Formats: sequence, C-alpha cells, structure tokens
Amino acid sequence: MTEASGFVEVASAETFRRDMSIRLRRSAEYICIPLLALTMSALLFSVFLLAIGKSPVEFFQLVARGGFGTAFSIQNTLQRAAPLILTGLAVAIPARIGLIMIGGEGALVLGGFASAAIAIPMIDHVPPIPTLLVMAIAGAATGALWVGLAGALRHYRGVNETISTLLLTYIGIAIMNFFVEGSLRDLTNPNKPSTKPIGDAYMIGKIPGTDVHWGLAIGIVLAIALQILMTRTTFGFAARVTGGNARAALAQGLPVGRLIVICTSIAGVCAGLAGFFEVAAIQGRANASLAAGYGFTGILVSFLARHNPIAIIFVAILFGGIVASGGLIQRRMDLPDATVLLLQGLTFVVLLVSETLYGRFEIFKVKTNGERT
Amino acid sequence: MSIHMLSRRKFIRNTGALAASAGLMASTSEVAMAAGVTLGIVYVGPRDDFGWNQAHAVAAKALQSSGVKIIEEENVPETDACAKSMESMVNLDGAQIVLGTSFGYFSPFMVDLAKKYPKVEFRHAAPLWDASKHPMNLGSYFGYLNQAHYVDGVAAGLSTKSNKLGFVAAKPISSVLSNINSFLLGARKTNPNAIVQVIFTGDWSLPVREAEAVNALVDAGCDVITCHVDGPKVVIETAEKRGVKTCGHNASQAPLAPKGFITGAEYKWITIYKGYADKLAKGEKLPNMVAGGYDTDMVQNTPYGAGASDAARKAADAAIADLKAKKPIYVGPLKDNKGKIVIDKAYDNYDPYLDQMDYLLEGVVGSIT
Repeated sequence: MTEASGFVEVASAETFRRDMSIRLRRSAEYICIPLLALTMSALLFSVFLLAIGKSPVEFFQLVARGGFGTAFSIQNTLQRAAPLILTGLAVAIPARIGLIMIGGEGALVLGGFASAAIAIPMIDHVPPIPTLLVMAIAGAATGALWVGLAGALRHYRGVNETISTLLLTYIGIAIMNFFVEGSLRDLTNPNKPSTKPIGDAYMIGKIPGTDVHWGLAIGIVLAIALQILMTRTTFGFAARVTGGNARAALAQGLPVGRLIVICTSIAGVCAGLAGFFEVAAIQGRANASLAAGYGFTGILVSFLARHNPIAIIFVAILFGGIVASGGLIQRRMDLPDATVLLLQGLTFVVLLVSETLYGRFEIFKVKTNGERT
Repeated sequence: MSIHMLSRRKFIRNTGALAASAGLMASTSEVAMAAGVTLGIVYVGPRDDFGWNQAHAVAAKALQSSGVKIIEEENVPETDACAKSMESMVNLDGAQIVLGTSFGYFSPFMVDLAKKYPKVEFRHAAPLWDASKHPMNLGSYFGYLNQAHYVDGVAAGLSTKSNKLGFVAAKPISSVLSNINSFLLGARKTNPNAIVQVIFTGDWSLPVREAEAVNALVDAGCDVITCHVDGPKVVIETAEKRGVKTCGHNASQAPLAPKGFITGAEYKWITIYKGYADKLAKGEKLPNMVAGGYDTDMVQNTPYGAGASDAARKAADAAIADLKAKKPIYVGPLKDNKGKIVIDKAYDNYDPYLDQMDYLLEGVVGSIT
C-alpha cells in the first residue's frame, strides 16, 4: 500500500479534502473487493451444495450459528482464531519485505517446545509469573532464531526462503520429536511421548470472563503494533521499499540484509509466541499435538488479508468461525469434514482471482486534475 | 495418533472394572430403550479409515438405528479443537454423553470438560481414568482385542502352507505385543509348526513403511499377513495384491481383500455404547470403567472371507466358544524368544500380569529392541 498523502505539501483545506477522498476511495476498494470475492465464493459453494442435494441456506445458517450465533460460539471462534493471528503475522511481515516464508509451523513447534523445555527445571522452584515470562521469551527467541536463520540464508547465501522455511519446518518438528521421545520424555506418559507437564498452577489461564486464552489479546496487540511499525516508522518504510525493489533499496543505501533478518525474526517471534501459548494455555506440555497445522493455515490467513496486520485479525476470526462451525455442519448436515476445507480452498482461489480486479472499477478511481493516480 | 492402549494395569486396579462391565452388559440385552438420548462422539481421523475410527463410527451408526441421536465429528486434532468440538456438542446439540476416541483427547481436555460440565458424562477409549485423580462423570472403556487376534491366529494356522505368518506392528508396547503373542498362540493351537515373523514400523500410521513391511514379509515366505497399525488398509491391500491371505485389525477390512481375507480382530464398541445409552435413558449411573473381551461381547471377529477354509472356520468358531467360556489363552510354561520362561502357569485372560507384557514369545521372529 502506498501512502497517497506522501506528496501533500500544503495543508490547505482543498488538498486535505482531496487527500481524504483518495484515502476513502482506496480503503473502499480494499474492503469492497474482498467482500465481493467472499460473496462470490459463497455463491459458488452454494452451487456445489445444491449439486449434492444439500441446502445452502441451512449451511450458511449453521456457519452463522456455529461460528458467531451464541456466546459460546463466539468464544469458540475467538479461541480458534488466536493462534491464526500470530501465525498469520508470521507470514505477513516477511511478505511486506518481499519474502514468501511458509515456515510458521516449524517456528511454532520449536517455540512451544523451547518454552516447555525451559519450564521443566523452573517448576516448583520459581513462581508462575516469572516462569511464564521466561517461557514466553524462550519461545519467542527460538522462533526468531529459526525464521531469522532462513532470512539470513536468503540474504547472505541466496537460499530460496520459501523452500528453506518449508524444509526447516520438518527439521523443527523432527528436533522436537527427538527430545520429546528421548531425553525430555515424561516416562509417566508411556503412550504419547510428551515433555513433563508444567502443571495447572503454571498455566497462563483465560482472559477473565471468557473462555479464550491470552494468546488472542497478545495477537491483537502485536498486530496493531506491527501495523504501526510497518506503516508509521522509518523502519517500516525502509522495509516496504526493500519489498518493492530490493535492488533499488540497496542502491539507496538501505541496510537490506539487516532489514531482512529483523523482519524475519519478527515473524519468528510471532510464530514462537503462538507455540508458547499452545503450551502455556492449552496443552501444558510439548508433544506432537503442537504441529496441528496452525502455521500452515496462517499462510492462508495472511494472503487473504493481503499481508495487512489489522486485516489479519479479522480474517483469522472469519477462519476461526468457519472452522468452529465445521463441527456443527458435520453433525447437522451429515457432510464430511472436508466440506469446510473445500469452502476454505474455494475462498482462497476466488480471493486470489479477485486480486486482478484492483484498479479496474471506475468508482474507486481518483481523479486529480484530470489525471488518474 | 489415535491410539490408545498402553498398560492396562491402572485399568484393572480400579475396583470392579469387569464387574461394572458385566452390569453394563446385563442392561444391553434388554429391549432398545435408549430413544431420546443424545450421544456425541469425536474421532481423530476419517470415519471411513478401515481402522480405529471406523470401528467406532460403525458402532455409532448402529446405535442410531435404536433411536439414539448420534452427533459425530471426524478429523478433530488432539488440541483444544477437540475440547471445543465436545463443548459445542454439549452446548449446541444438548449431548448428554460425549465419547472421545483418541488417546490425546483425555488430558487435559476431557478432564477439564468433565469438571466444567458436571451433569454431562464423558467417556474415553483408553484405560486412563483414575478414581483418585479424575471427576466421577468421566471414565474409560476398552476392549481386549488380543482375544480376537487369538482367533485370527487359530484360523491363520490352518491357512498357511509355508507355516510362516507375517505381522506388521506399529510400536513394541504391551498392547501390541499382546496381540502378536496371542496371534502366535492361536496359530500354534492348530499348527504347532507355525511361526510369526514381525516387523515394527515405529509409528501408528506409516503407510509406505507398512507396504514395504508386507512386501518384505511375503518375500520372506509368509503367506498369511496381519497387522496392528491404525489403518490396516494398506497392509491388507498390499498383501492381497501379492496373492497372500490376510487377517484384519480394528474394523472390517473384508471388502479390501475379496480373495484372501480370512477373518479379522474387531472391537465391538456397540456393546459398550448401547450400554451407556440404555443406562442414560433409564437415568442410571454409568460405570466409570468398562473393559472386556469375548465373554462380555466387547470384541468380535469379522465374518469369514473367501480365504477361510472350512477347517479354519470350524477351528475359529471353536476358539470363540472357548473364549466365551473364559478359557485362558496364556497357559504356561511358555518361553520368550530369548529362551526365558515368562509364562509359568495358566493366566486368566484379564490377569494384570499379562498387561505388562514386554516380550515376544518363542515362535515369534523379531525383536522389540
């Protein structure tokens, strides 16, 4: 997103009005086209449902009820959205600097594992709050190291970041399994290899008055902070310039290598924190259940949100709602679990196609002195 | 990972596990009166996996026909997603009982849910419930599938020409070892020269390895193949392609092997599920621990396929009758395959000693280390 206001020099009322108009029209475009795409995918999906003899009306009623219809449904949705915000951010920030990194899953697993592992010697010796703090730092740092490594490989050795992050994910999961099935295994749990549980007293707990864990709040705060970082600071500006054209950025004397490593590390922090919350708020231990696919769903979330941190919050909640209602759909309409995946896939494809619509609608075009911007 | 078993020690230690299941049984023989009960069930994999999940789904389906409202969810991972699915069944569908069928659902998810919803019953398909630690509206149920593997063995012993039987196993834990050893003892009953060759793949679901293992066993001369993995589909199909006979595991794989299928070891979850539904309909307290085998109708064998000869069918029927009469499978003295006596006398089929099995009997070719 380029800032249309960048060239406004005289703060006259006239330019201000024009400036606002440009902003409004652009925002309207960014909201209307995805909405149009969502509607289109809903229509296409309805055709599919009709073809197999199911009622689209019932389907979308169930999505609304199961995802957002009751207080329980909303909490269910938000809880499922919580890790997706963080893993979505883990894709979005590198994307802003021009890197497609899909290794959030590995950073999540290792971050979760690191926080569970570092907690083991602290349990019963250190009070819960400092322990949780150390766990969070360990998770974030591990994630930062893991994704930052891919960023550094990209910049200094020219290794394709998409491939390296994907492969590093498998290595990350294997590293966790190695320890969880080996030296850190809790022998009282013989059938499912896990680390020792951190215990109820050390769990981070829920946001008061809800059933949703703190990962949601941290995710939203991080998303807002990162949006400010990427759009309102010189760092963010430099990162976006690099994303636009790395060579030009280098020619301008921007520290491209440092920017890449920092951005990828930030992504790692987000994914690592997602892992920390899986351990500290949900599982209470590290085991194979950490690799539940949140890292991969985050890729989808970030792309749908066009790598905009604020939009990620809403897309994650939409996804959470679809997944949360998936159960109800299975139960009430006797449709297989894959139905919801189909809807997700269809939405993704339609949204990608809708990318081509930007700039094609007269109504969103801004005329300034007879010229189009 | 959808399994399950591990040591059944705790299981048996809990007072009256078997007594409770006998009580449950008594109620199942009565007329269907479970109408109006809503039962939720959550699976870790697809309902049609020809394995663990299908065995449960088949039972749920059967229960539906007796008037119980069944609400199911498949492919639910062992994360808070399973807790939310179950909670949604309680909140949005009014489930009175929720069954979790995957090992990792139990702690912390089902334990926490049981505390949060004290009026809803939660039951989990692995012997993990512990009266001293867990709420009373939570419980465990399990079947002694090794008895059905014993019957498989009896039929397999009469179906082999090479006297070599192949067993593809996931992990060398006690429940798997017990199935292998029981299969051997069954085969030895009808064919004293039979040996069982075992290959461990290392995990519950590794289709490529499982196919390789079957090929290796057939190449080594095995002409009957069975397995203990999550989804036996690949094992049975590969063996059928190689033209050897097969015995199934977990659910019915008969459709996968129209030529070579003999019979298979299956759970009979319907007995347990119907027991729960009937008791709920009558407003009675559900048992916290249910476990059993052939004598309590909790395991069964798949109807004989084309691979089963008349002699094999007869011998297998006789073996089933013996198990129903509680005749022991493990009768000493028996040595492990390193020469040490591990079974010194006749053990009851539910003896806790057998649950600690960490050896392969003499006659099994393979190593657990």
